[in-house]
Amino acid sequence: MVKRRLRLVNNAELTRILHGLPGVDKVGAEARAASLGTRSIKTTAKAWAIDTAIRMVDLTTLEGADTPGKVRALCAKARQPDPSDQTVPSVAAVCVYPSMVPTAAEALKGSGIHLASVATAFPSGQAPLSVKLDDTKAAVSAGADEIDMVISRGAFLAGRYLDVYDEIVEVKRACGDAHLKVILETGELATYDNVRRASWLAMLAGGDFIKTSTGKVTPAATLPVTLIMLEAVRDFLAETGRKVGVKPAGGIRTTKDAIKYLVMVNEVAGEGWLDPDWFRFGASTLLNDLLMQRHKLATGHYSGPDYFTLD
Amino acid sequence: MRLNVRKTYKLYIGGAFPRSESGRTYEVDGQNAALASRKDARDAVLAARAAFGKWSTATAYNRGQILYRAAEMLEARRSEFPAGEVDDAIDRLIWYAGWADKLAQVTGSANPVAAPYFNISSPEPSGVIAIAAPAGFLGLVNVIAPAIVSGNTCVVVTESAIEAITFAEVLATSDLPGGVVNILTGFAKEVAPWLASHDDVNGLDLTGVTDAELATELERQAADTLKRVIRPSTPKWTDDPGLGRMTAFLETKTVWHPKGV
Repeated sequence: MVKRRLRLVNNAELTRILHGLPGVDKVGAEARAASLGTRSIKTTAKAWAIDTAIRMVDLTTLEGADTPGKVRALCAKARQPDPSDQTVPSVAAVCVYPSMVPTAAEALKGSGIHLASVATAFPSGQAPLSVKLDDTKAAVSAGADEIDMVISRGAFLAGRYLDVYDEIVEVKRACGDAHLKVILETGELATYDNVRRASWLAMLAGGDFIKTSTGKVTPAATLPVTLIMLEAVRDFLAETGRKVGVKPAGGIRTTKDAIKYLVMVNEVAGEGWLDPDWFRFGASTLLNDLLMQRHKLATGHYSGPDYFTLD
Repeated sequence: MRLNVRKTYKLYIGGAFPRSESGRTYEVDGQNAALASRKDARDAVLAARAAFGKWSTATAYNRGQILYRAAEMLEARRSEFPAGEVDDAIDRLIWYAGWADKLAQVTGSANPVAAPYFNISSPEPSGVIAIAAPAGFLGLVNVIAPAIVSGNTCVVVTESAIEAITFAEVLATSDLPGGVVNILTGFAKEVAPWLASHDDVNGLDLTGVTDAELATELERQAADTLKRVIRPSTPKWTDDPGLGRMTAFLETKTVWHPKGV
């Protein structure tokens, strides 16, 4: 099956592979996700989980109102999330629009923090391929070392899987050495079966990460969807030997939520994914809640939003 | 032939009546009431903070109307409250309702300055106030009303669960936005330290704390974040309360506005 995939030539064959994936048991997936969310993580385990989650954050600002000043402030926060506490680790990456990449690259120089840029006509993906490729190349040449691309949900839902596949391959080529994260926008894919198919499609086409959402569509990341994607990367590794990362994005705002995701990563994909190289949170408000919880653990009293920067 | 429907006395947080997250209860006057825990206090502060924006920016006139409405509701349900206290409680609500749109005039000022500016000081609410309420119904009304009339929101800890939660039912039908008043029934000794040390609480009213050592400890914790504090006392609640309880939880903002431009 693997060898055949390497010779993909037509849509019918790709459709046969994707539709040959086992169907998702909706009730089972939701029940499994809910049961994993009931684990109680306390004291030292919680402290570890909070620091790990901070190291996994892709600190994101994707607003039309973004300015260089705001992006620089965000980068400063990425380097040192809590200026009053040097023991807080840096986040994994900063995620911005392509026009803000030069500013962010300058601000992050020498920090070891990755710089991700959304590209390919984010968030809709509704632009000609040539525009998407230029978008990608511009971001990479300006200093982005991770590209978050969106797939064409329209083409995917219409069954034109090969178009989506080719597009990912092209964008991956345009990325050069930069890591490619493929945004499936699961909120628009309608069914869990589609989430599984889109995950495999993105991995087959060469994506380094699969990401749930743009954050512009509701629902964004949910536990069951992430569960299905984690199963997909686990199975994909077993079958092809290539490891792919997962990034839930959008709607994860509390430490409690983040810890639920970490439990799921450990139980579904395995300990190997509990690392910023293989699992990320696309978030902005989450970071402040993580910092507040960290403060509560360290000092024994509750913290408040007044004591952390707005972003 | 029918069974009586008996009321369960629960907490009042964010406009809803949840049980304690701990599932615990305690007995008050032969009735079971929810016994609030640390996490209930945490949730109540979140609810109070969420309600602060809207309540503090509502017009003073509107806040007065809502307190007046609470007095109306209390009047209608007077039989459910202690007979010796309910009249005074209603009158006190009306009194504070009247202060809503007069407080800024009395405590604010237009200051003379030697420069071409209008210089104006005006009072603003402090934020979230944690209140250890004194026992009894009249005392409860006398600590809640002054805290919220200026636009603060509050988290109240009280052992007098029956009066407090029945009063919460009054507030819940008075157009008071959910979260402006949150009532935790239980013991100050258990819950108040979490509120006194909470970074997101701006004021602390210790009127109902009877244990001097606890009061000192709470005040010490409050000092870490420079909370405004009212110390424990046992006033006669039927006396004229003065403005002290209202002004205790106000900040003064002074603005310089250029003249003639």
